[in-house]
Amino acid sequence: MRFLTRRWCNLTALAALLTATPAFAEWGLNMPRGVTAVSREIYDLHMTIFWICVVIGVVVFGVMFWSILHHRKSQGAKASQFHESTTVEIIWTVVPFVILVGMAVPATSSLIKIYDSGEADLDIKVTGYQWKWHYDYLGKDVSFFSNLSTPRDEIYNRVPKNENYLLEVDEPVVVPINKKIRFLLTANDVIHAWWVPELATKRDAIPGFINEMWTRIEEPGIYRGQCAELCGKDHGFMPIVVDARPQAEYEAWLLAKQEAARAEAELKDKVWTREELYARGEQVYAKACAACHQINGEGVAPTFPGLKASPYVKGPIEAHVDIVVNGKPGTMMAAFGPQLSEVDIAAVVTYERNAWGNNMGDFIQPLKIVEMKAAK
Amino acid sequence: MSAVLETHAEEHHHGPRKGLMRWVLTTNHKDIGSMYLWFSFIMFLYGGSMAMVIRAELFQPGLQLIEPEFFNQMTTMHGLIMVFGAVMPAFVGLANWLIPMMVGAPDMALPRLNNWSFWLLPFAFAMLISTMFMEGGGPNFGWTFYAPLSTTYAPPSVTFFIFAVHLMGISSIMGSINIIATILNLRAPGMTLMKMPLFVWTWLITAYLLIAVMPVLAGAVTMMLMDIHFGTSFFDAGGGGDPVMFQHIFWFFGHPEVYIMILPGFGVVSQIIPTFSRKPLFGYTSMVYATASIAFLSFIVWAHHMFTVGMPLAGELFFMYTTMLIAVPTGVKVFNWVTTMFRGSLSFETPMLFAVAFVVLFTIGGLSGLMLAIAPADFQYHDTYFVVAHFHYVLIPGAIFAIMAGVYYWLPKWTGNMYNVPMSRLHFWLSFIGLNIAFFPMHFVGLAGMPRRIPDYALQFADFNQIASVGAFLFGATQLLFLFIVVQCIRGGRRVTAQVWDSAEGLEWTLPSPAPYHTFTTPPEVR
Amino acid sequence: MDENTARSNRRLATRLLGVVAGMFAFGFLLVPLYDVFCDITGLNGKTGGRYENTVDASATDLSREVRVQFIASVNAGMPWEFRPAVTEVKVHPGQAMDTYYRVQNLSGRDMVLQAVPSVTPGAAAQYLHKVECFCFQQQRIAAGESKEMPLRFFVDPKAPEGIHTLTLSYTLFNVTESALLDGAQGQPE
Repeated sequence: MRFLTRRWCNLTALAALLTATPAFAEWGLNMPRGVTAVSREIYDLHMTIFWICVVIGVVVFGVMFWSILHHRKSQGAKASQFHESTTVEIIWTVVPFVILVGMAVPATSSLIKIYDSGEADLDIKVTGYQWKWHYDYLGKDVSFFSNLSTPRDEIYNRVPKNENYLLEVDEPVVVPINKKIRFLLTANDVIHAWWVPELATKRDAIPGFINEMWTRIEEPGIYRGQCAELCGKDHGFMPIVVDARPQAEYEAWLLAKQEAARAEAELKDKVWTREELYARGEQVYAKACAACHQINGEGVAPTFPGLKASPYVKGPIEAHVDIVVNGKPGTMMAAFGPQLSEVDIAAVVTYERNAWGNNMGDFIQPLKIVEMKAAK
Repeated sequence: MSAVLETHAEEHHHGPRKGLMRWVLTTNHKDIGSMYLWFSFIMFLYGGSMAMVIRAELFQPGLQLIEPEFFNQMTTMHGLIMVFGAVMPAFVGLANWLIPMMVGAPDMALPRLNNWSFWLLPFAFAMLISTMFMEGGGPNFGWTFYAPLSTTYAPPSVTFFIFAVHLMGISSIMGSINIIATILNLRAPGMTLMKMPLFVWTWLITAYLLIAVMPVLAGAVTMMLMDIHFGTSFFDAGGGGDPVMFQHIFWFFGHPEVYIMILPGFGVVSQIIPTFSRKPLFGYTSMVYATASIAFLSFIVWAHHMFTVGMPLAGELFFMYTTMLIAVPTGVKVFNWVTTMFRGSLSFETPMLFAVAFVVLFTIGGLSGLMLAIAPADFQYHDTYFVVAHFHYVLIPGAIFAIMAGVYYWLPKWTGNMYNVPMSRLHFWLSFIGLNIAFFPMHFVGLAGMPRRIPDYALQFADFNQIASVGAFLFGATQLLFLFIVVQCIRGGRRVTAQVWDSAEGLEWTLPSPAPYHTFTTPPEVR
Repeated sequence: MDENTARSNRRLATRLLGVVAGMFAFGFLLVPLYDVFCDITGLNGKTGGRYENTVDASATDLSREVRVQFIASVNAGMPWEFRPAVTEVKVHPGQAMDTYYRVQNLSGRDMVLQAVPSVTPGAAAQYLHKVECFCFQQQRIAAGESKEMPLRFFVDPKAPEGIHTLTLSYTLFNVTESALLDGAQGQPE
């Protein structure tokens, strides 16, 4: 008895909450309606099917609760002995089938729209890495990594968490609104999945294979998502941030980005001091290395060895650079040569050799890294 | 449906061996059934304590108790242990105890094989659990172990994981062969197939499913083993393989596996509801056909677990349609149970409470499953907590509640004693409330965008996660009560009659309570 | 249990074991089946091997153009530079096209690579024919060496009108270890 009423309460409360969706959207009770035609269509489909399920539930549980209330032995109910009726069996095979066909029709039409392969205005290649995303604006000479920017102190509860905790990155992917954007997805190591709920875009990024999906965002804004396929240790720490802007603002951003890339390239010709490299290296380390080797350089034994007093870090600088650039085969250490600029490599090596009491005192110029790469 | 003309007096007078060797060497289906049930209960508590660790870490945002690396091992081991260690052996245990008694057989058809199938399990799980203490830790790639995370990027202990899966597979296959042979060859005279209790029917179909798909799982892990150690590249794109193929092979096993975990539960509930409705099961024949069609359909729906891997449109449509079709036979079963209750004379003993909760909550899980079948909507649901909520709704109030309902139903027959009824009701209500508090909010966080298998989450998910953790702790703690009730019942209690329940049907109720060590040494005759 | 039942139990068990063995084999059979299935449906954007049929120049469909986009990726642990010579070309269906990818081995070791092709949309993969491709065999690249790797392809004139863009992606995998085991393959040219 008690649980009957409880279940009813659950259902009615749920139904009440969901009808009032827009007001409760911030509460995170339901799927977001999103900002694309496709996401709205999926939302409507979701709600339609939800309501059909509620109706089915009400009918089935209604009959059941009726029996539980009125056909109790304690109330002197006598059991009838009927136990077969082909007509009834046929009815409740056919009726659900018809309902299912009714569901399949809109679902099929949505699916066909999602699979539309018409011309896109912008192609962005998205590559999943353990544990960050890389974006490459094809034909635009703009590409960058996008890392989680939530400070470790927030994750380990040493400081209060900000409102975008775990859903913030250093470099959002900036896109124009009202343009068809095609995402080409692949991965560098294991399978990841790129998902932004407000855009209703979820597709796996598979190493060696290319997948595509598209979106057309209608409202400017910042849309946040996460990796949706278990990809190892920091699967929960590789968010996605999409910054949708009007065309003109997007173009301005693109120009600035191209300019910055040129400026960055020139930095490597400059002669750096140890302090400059150390300061930059600290940031690079936090972004690229700390996830495994930890911010205090102590690593997580045995998979991710510590760098504090590590023989590689305390050894010859060339060998140290070689590991950073080329990785260490057979271990989790990836090759950072393609991921980091020469300046960043010089900076991070300098930082590692002088941080956490390693105090090697030496450092290396970005130009030297360029030479080392060319000499090989 | 069937009645016994004559129960034969015991011919064998020797009882069980004494001491530990009784259990090591036993070929008695009742002993082996008990061992399976105890083993699965230990695994249930072990896997459950891992769930407690997971829920404790997720109690609030931020990393408090464990590191992500260990969290991944927890989710993986929780899944593997609950699927292969708790649910499957528990149903095999019920099958061992009940199938011979239900079909009027003296024992399982292949008693020595039966002993071996059980004794492989402790070794398999000892090996699996030992990986957690190895360098690099245990499996951390999810219970679905997708390549290349489980091959190129796996910890070294993956080899032991593979062997453990092989042993579990061999154990299940041998168990299934035994069950099929018992059902097909050892039925008492007059016990035709269409007179068998539904529990026997669902197990017969389940056993065939196991025989069909466990070897495929064995093949998949063998391919992994070869990729890792022998330089083949089944799943490595660099050598001409394909990681997506792993998912196809895995889910070709995995989807029937889902039904392996639920079909015997359907059987248990189909025994209990008629008893406490005092009315025959409605639509027995259609129940059998519905079970068989669910089993058949389970082979052609596997890729609905992979709607986001980038299948062509035709593939998405095919798997969406076939998956939706499963709702038809599943609906038939639910309608039959409800109609069995309709105009019955209902009473709510503990097994009935679990069975009614099964029907209600499993239906909720089934309806969310129908939502997940809709491919475009699945692009939003896939790999979120909505999925976690869905499969916990079908597995806890589905499989686990069915097992508990079964234990409460047959325990008096096994021990000859009635358990502490008020305690068992308390166990039911606390479990029921706990699991709804734990899993209902997961629908909401999933829809709102929380991916599964993450050790830490954004702030907007905090409230519901806290509620879910509280519910999980309640559910988890309550299961210790179950242990207490069962132990107390074995040690003593109010003696029960052979019939136990006033309107239970079937051969097992014609035997004295507790059921003697050897039963039906002369087959009963069934009218 | 009488002798007859025991015999029929054994017979049934043997038969079921046969099914088990068959299903185990079927698991492995799924591998070639999967490839066939991929070829037919374009699942996963798998492309075929070398296109052996002769190219009929007269079949070129001048009435339309298809955009072919080139993408390059490098798998984990490979410090390589790898990029297409051009990011995209427009071709008439039937018209053979030559292009190349440039690769540079930035590591200090000789390495052997295998390029893995993939095409999206997957349904279009069967219409992209590679006549000559560096992905047909493993490539050995010496330390520091840079190399142009040629590709010759055409789009099938039978490609449906709905196909406007084909994206051809190559991912480089490091196969140095297994190539060393195999020995003979991938000799430097």
